[in-house]
Amino acid sequence: MGDHHHGPAKGLSRWLFTTNHKDIGTMYLWFSFAMFILGGTFAMIIRAELFQPGMQLVEPGFFNQMTTLHGLVMVFGAIMPSFVGLANWLIPMMIGAPDMALPRMNNWSFWILPPGFLMLASTLFMEGGAPAFGWTFYAPLSTTYAAPSVTFFIFAIHVLGISSIMGSINIIATIMNMRAPGMTYMKMPLFVWTWFITAFLLVAVMPVLAGAVTMMLMDIHFGTSFFSAAGGGDPVLFQHIFWFFGHPEVYIIILPAFGVVSQVIPAFSRKPLFGYASMVYATAAIAILSFVVWAHHMYTVGMPVAGELFFMYATMLIAVPTGVKVFNWVSTMWRGALSFETPMLFSIGFLVLFTIGGFTGLMLSIAPADFQYHDTYFVVAHFHYVMVAGAVFSMTSAVYFWLPKWTGRMYNETMGKVHFWISFVGFNVTFFPQHFVGLAGMPRRVPDYALQFADFNMMSSIGAFVYGASQILFLYNVIATIVAGEKVSDEQVWDGAEGLEWTLPTPAPYHTFEVPPKIEATPAHG
Amino acid sequence: MLRLSRNPGADTAIKLAAVACAMFAFVFVVMVPLYDVLCDALGINGKTSDIAYTAVPAVVDTSREVKIQFIATNNDGMPWGFRPQVTQLTVHPGAATDTFFYAENPTNLPMIAQAIPSVSPSRAAGYFHKTECFCFNQQPLDGMASTEMPLQFVVDQDLPKDIRTITLSYTLFDVTTMAGGTIAAR
Repeated sequence: MGDHHHGPAKGLSRWLFTTNHKDIGTMYLWFSFAMFILGGTFAMIIRAELFQPGMQLVEPGFFNQMTTLHGLVMVFGAIMPSFVGLANWLIPMMIGAPDMALPRMNNWSFWILPPGFLMLASTLFMEGGAPAFGWTFYAPLSTTYAAPSVTFFIFAIHVLGISSIMGSINIIATIMNMRAPGMTYMKMPLFVWTWFITAFLLVAVMPVLAGAVTMMLMDIHFGTSFFSAAGGGDPVLFQHIFWFFGHPEVYIIILPAFGVVSQVIPAFSRKPLFGYASMVYATAAIAILSFVVWAHHMYTVGMPVAGELFFMYATMLIAVPTGVKVFNWVSTMWRGALSFETPMLFSIGFLVLFTIGGFTGLMLSIAPADFQYHDTYFVVAHFHYVMVAGAVFSMTSAVYFWLPKWTGRMYNETMGKVHFWISFVGFNVTFFPQHFVGLAGMPRRVPDYALQFADFNMMSSIGAFVYGASQILFLYNVIATIVAGEKVSDEQVWDGAEGLEWTLPTPAPYHTFEVPPKIEATPAHG
Repeated sequence: MLRLSRNPGADTAIKLAAVACAMFAFVFVVMVPLYDVLCDALGINGKTSDIAYTAVPAVVDTSREVKIQFIATNNDGMPWGFRPQVTQLTVHPGAATDTFFYAENPTNLPMIAQAIPSVSPSRAAGYFHKTECFCFNQQPLDGMASTEMPLQFVVDQDLPKDIRTITLSYTLFDVTTMAGGTIAAR
C-alpha cells in the first residue's frame, strides 16, 4: 500500500503487472475489440464468398474454418471479455469499492486470455488447417473427423474457460464482500445485479464445457469412447453436454447487456428504472430457467415426444421474464424527458432488434415448426439479432455512455450518431433477408447455394460490408476522443445519469472510493 | 458459516472454486452415467440393453404377428462383408426366435469388429429382448475368414398393439485399433 497517492507505473510493466481494476478493465476492452475486428474479418470472408452463388474466393474447407473461428472468436473473444472488461471498470465504482476483491487473480485472468487466443488462431497455419467443425464442435466431426489442430483448440477452450471462471469468481467475491456500507443488495445498480447472476451461471457451466472438451481429448488421444458408438458411447451425448453449457452461455452473453440497457435508458429518460425489483427477479428467473431448456437446440436428434414437449414449454416460459424486462424498459421511457444521444440510440436499437430476435426465438421454440427451421439461415438470422443487435449494440452503447467518465473527454456526438445509423441499417440489411432465405430452405454453413437465394445473399453481403466498415468509424471516434476529445465540462457528464460512478471526479481517478462513500437512503435508481 | 480464509474475498473465492470443480466432476460422474441410464430406461435413440435378457416364462401370443426387419450397415471405412441371414421374419410375441448375421473379413489382416444395435420405432426398444446377441461382444476375425454370428430374441407380449413392424439395425464398427478389451468397459 505505502504511498497513498501513487499513480500508475510507467511503461509496459504497468500493464503486465497491474492489479488496478481500471487498467485491467481497459485491457479487456481493447483485447475484445481486437478480437471483434478479427472475428469480423472472418465474417467478411464468409460474406464475400456468399456474395454470389458458386465458388469464388475460398475453398469449401477454408470456408468451414472461417465459420468455426468466426463463431468462437466472437463468442469467447469479443463479447464475453468485453463485458468482463466493463464489469472490471464499473462494478467497484458502482458499489463503492476501491478495487476488485482479488486483484492479482484479476491480472492473471486477463493475461491468460491472449495466449489462449494465440493458440486458437495459430491453428490456421497448421497442417490440416484450423478447426472446421462449427463453433458447436459436435462429435464425431470434432473427434473422429477433426484436423490434428483440434488438440490446440481443446487447450485454447480450457484456457478461456479458466479465465472466465476466475473472472466471475472475482466478480462474485467483490459484490458479496466489498459493497460500501448501506449498499444493500436491493440497492445495487441493475448492471451489478445482472453481472452477479451471470457470474454464477459462468461458475456453473464453464466447467461443463471444460468437461466436454476433456472428453473429446480423451476420445481422440486416450482411447475412451464417450462420443463413439463403436465403444459404447453416443455422439448425441456430446450435444446434450454441449448445450447444457451452451444455453446458459446464451444468457451469460445477454444478461450483462440487459444490465447496460437498464442503466442507459433511465439516464436518457430522466426517470428511475420502472420496476427495479421485478427486473432483478426476472433476471434470476431467466438464469434458473436457462438450465432446463438446453435440448431445444436439438429437437431433431430423435427425442421422445414427452421430451420435446417439456423443452418446448420450458423454452416458451422464458419469454415471460424476458417480456417483463422489455415492458419495463418501454415503461421507463413512457412520459420521460427523452433525449437521443448516441448511447440512448444504441440502447433503443437494442430494444427494438432484440425483441425481434426474441420473437424469432419463440418461433424456433415450437418443436414441430423447428424441424423446418433447424440448421437453416433462419437460425443464423435469429441468433445474430440477439447476439449482435443484442449484446454488441448494448456494449457499444456502454462504451459511448461511460467513455466520457473514463477519459474525461467527450466523443464526437455527430460521428457517434452516424455510427449508429450506419450500424442499424447495415445490420438489418445483413440479417433481415436471412430470415427469408432460411424459411425458403437455405442451410447454414454452406459455401455455395441454390440460385434462387442469390439476390438476398448479395443484399446480406452488402449490408455486412457496410456494418463492418462502420466499426472502423467507431474505432476512430474512440481513439480521437482519448487523444484529442473535447474536455468534459460537466463533472456529472450526463444530467440524467444516477449512481455512485457519476459522483466521482471526471476523468475517474486511478484510485477511487478508498474511503467508502455514504449511501443515501433512497431506493435504487437503475 | 464455514470460513476458509481470514480474507472474506478469498473465502468466497475458495468456495466458488470448489463449486466449479464440483461442476467439472458432475459432467463425468453424473451426466454421462445418467444419460446412459435414461436412454436404457426410456429406450431413447432406439438403444437396446447391452446385456442378455433372462427369459421369463411366458405364453406365446399366437393371436398377434409382428414383422421383424433386419438391416446391416458398415460404419465409414469398415471393409467387412456384413448382412443378415434373412431380411425379414414374422414372429409371435413371446416366442424365442433364432437367426444369424453373416460376416466376412475380405482383408489379409486379422480385425476386430463391434456391432451396435438400434431399434426403430424407438418406442419398441424396451419390448425387444435379445437373449443372445453377437453385439454383446467384440467379434475378431482372421484375414479372409468368415463367420455366422448368432442372434436370439423375444418380442415382449406387452408390445403396444399399434406396433406391427420392428426394424433392428446393426452398424458394424472397426475397433481393431481401439486396443481390444478396454472399449467394452464403457
